[in-house]
Amino acid sequence: MTVPIPIEQILVQTVNGIVSGMILALVASGLTLIFGIMDVVNFAHGELVMLGAFVGATTLASTGSFWLAFVTAVLVLAVFGAALQASTLRPLLGRDPLTTILATFGISLVLQKYALWQWGPSARKIQEPITGQFHLFYLEYPWYRVATAIFAAAIIGALWLFLRRGKYGIWIRAATQDRIMASAMGIPVPLVHTMVFAIGSGMAAASGVLFGPLGGVTQTMGFDFTLRAFIVVVVGGMGNLGGSILASIFVSLLEAYASLVVSPAQAVIASFVALILTLLFRPTGLFVPTPK
Amino acid sequence: MTRDAGYWIGFAVVLALLTAAPLVLPEFWRRFATEILIWGLLAMSSDILIGYTGMVSFGHSAFFGLGMYGAAAALLGVRPPSLWLAIVSGLVGAGVVAVFVAYFSTRLRDIYFSITTLVFSQIFYVVIFTWTEVTGGENGLSFRQPPFSIPGVVSTAFTPVTLHWFVLGVVALSYLVLRRVTQSPFGKVLQAIRENEARTRAIGYPIERYKIVAVMLSGLFAGLAGVLYAIQNKFAAPDFVFFAVSGEVVIFNVMGGMGTLVGPVAGAAFFLLLREGLSRFFTEYYLIPVGIIFTLMVMFVPQGLLGFLRRRLNP
Repeated sequence: MTVPIPIEQILVQTVNGIVSGMILALVASGLTLIFGIMDVVNFAHGELVMLGAFVGATTLASTGSFWLAFVTAVLVLAVFGAALQASTLRPLLGRDPLTTILATFGISLVLQKYALWQWGPSARKIQEPITGQFHLFYLEYPWYRVATAIFAAAIIGALWLFLRRGKYGIWIRAATQDRIMASAMGIPVPLVHTMVFAIGSGMAAASGVLFGPLGGVTQTMGFDFTLRAFIVVVVGGMGNLGGSILASIFVSLLEAYASLVVSPAQAVIASFVALILTLLFRPTGLFVPTPK
Repeated sequence: MTRDAGYWIGFAVVLALLTAAPLVLPEFWRRFATEILIWGLLAMSSDILIGYTGMVSFGHSAFFGLGMYGAAAALLGVRPPSLWLAIVSGLVGAGVVAVFVAYFSTRLRDIYFSITTLVFSQIFYVVIFTWTEVTGGENGLSFRQPPFSIPGVVSTAFTPVTLHWFVLGVVALSYLVLRRVTQSPFGKVLQAIRENEARTRAIGYPIERYKIVAVMLSGLFAGLAGVLYAIQNKFAAPDFVFFAVSGEVVIFNVMGGMGTLVGPVAGAAFFLLLREGLSRFFTEYYLIPVGIIFTLMVMFVPQGLLGFLRRRLNP
């Protein structure tokens, strides 16, 4: 009845799943960091990925250097994110969290249409900086994909170190735990919020540029990222950094395996189902300890 | 008593204006007015959740779309096409989806509810988009408009004017039903959930059951709006199941004023007029200024255009 799937194909899909999972983890860790510290569910997060990818593609087209494009996109989006947070989200602090969903939803509309206006509807391709390939069973697997996963992991690792060590990391963790107490201790909490939003936006831009060579850059890519990042963040446990990284890989693997059986468009449903099951049986998230 | 009389006079005046509208408006605006009513009904249905129960649904396109496809199934499958059968079939389609969505999503609160409804609507979008043999895939389904008929009495084809009146009748009736619901003990419990869920539960109300019924009710009326839209436009397309429609519904609610029922209709009118006016200057980029206006309204006018009427409309 069922056609057996060759083991090589499953292994290739495992590698694919881990690679796209690491890019997603980069998006989701920014989202969850922002949620954890200021209870803001950033509906525009995917649009920041998209903007980052476009800034990267434009810089690459004019300078020819991938790494310069990468750094430019991250810096531009970090500044943009800081400006966005200071102008739109800071005044909403302390209001119903649903208000921030609505506000960021409005921003996502503006950003998406702005990208359409600025860069047009056609997809852009970012040329990968590493063109080598190696044998992986029956196909030539690009080194760039592997490098992407490692690079994404390095960025997340750097974020983790930044949060664990050093003054600003302690500020962020303190403001996440108790906003009022932190500001009583002299931590400039509004500034910390802006800083975190800038970091999250920068990470979104980084994943956008890294994703560019794999999937192309279009003005509609943002919504996909938003949806996936939401799923991951909920499956991993809202505001839980480690959980959302594990969940990114978990969800991406699920989708990769599902696309062996059905078309990629339908494979998305696998992660939707994962979300629904998680919400039903473990609403606090799969990868967090059971709350007492 | 006088306050009540004032309300009904206002209602009668608006109804009379909307009845007269297609007789005086030119063709384009006549169609526009009908569309406002249909989107208004969709917005009203989601107000039951957003405004009265405090649950922001980002998945209303699923109910709307299933209403459209349900109507399409009846109009394509049964000869001769019957208006009432289309309505029943659309409501069944939306109702089945609503039971499904309600059962799962109401276990969750706040943002989790929003994300679940969003994810559900995307599931239906993907299914409809990829199941080409049944749904027509990307192209959707097109069909002929059914005539207006009361079996054994009358059967005439719709003209734009009579279609407008039919839509107006359905929307006005739905409004009165929804208003009655919000004023009933059931509606009061929903508002209690919005104000303080934990306390409402502590008093002894089975919150989940109330929420499930609220989502189903909302879904049915959204499906009804979908049926009307299908009948007006003679097609069903996957675009209307996509998240963008759900987003617009939320915009209608915020712009018009949540928790007023008529506010969302005004919000739909405001949004569609803005889109009409702005797309002359900005073409397809009208969402840039609309998005900015929307975000500013969320920040500075959270009660919406008709928010000042909220107390009067909810006695």
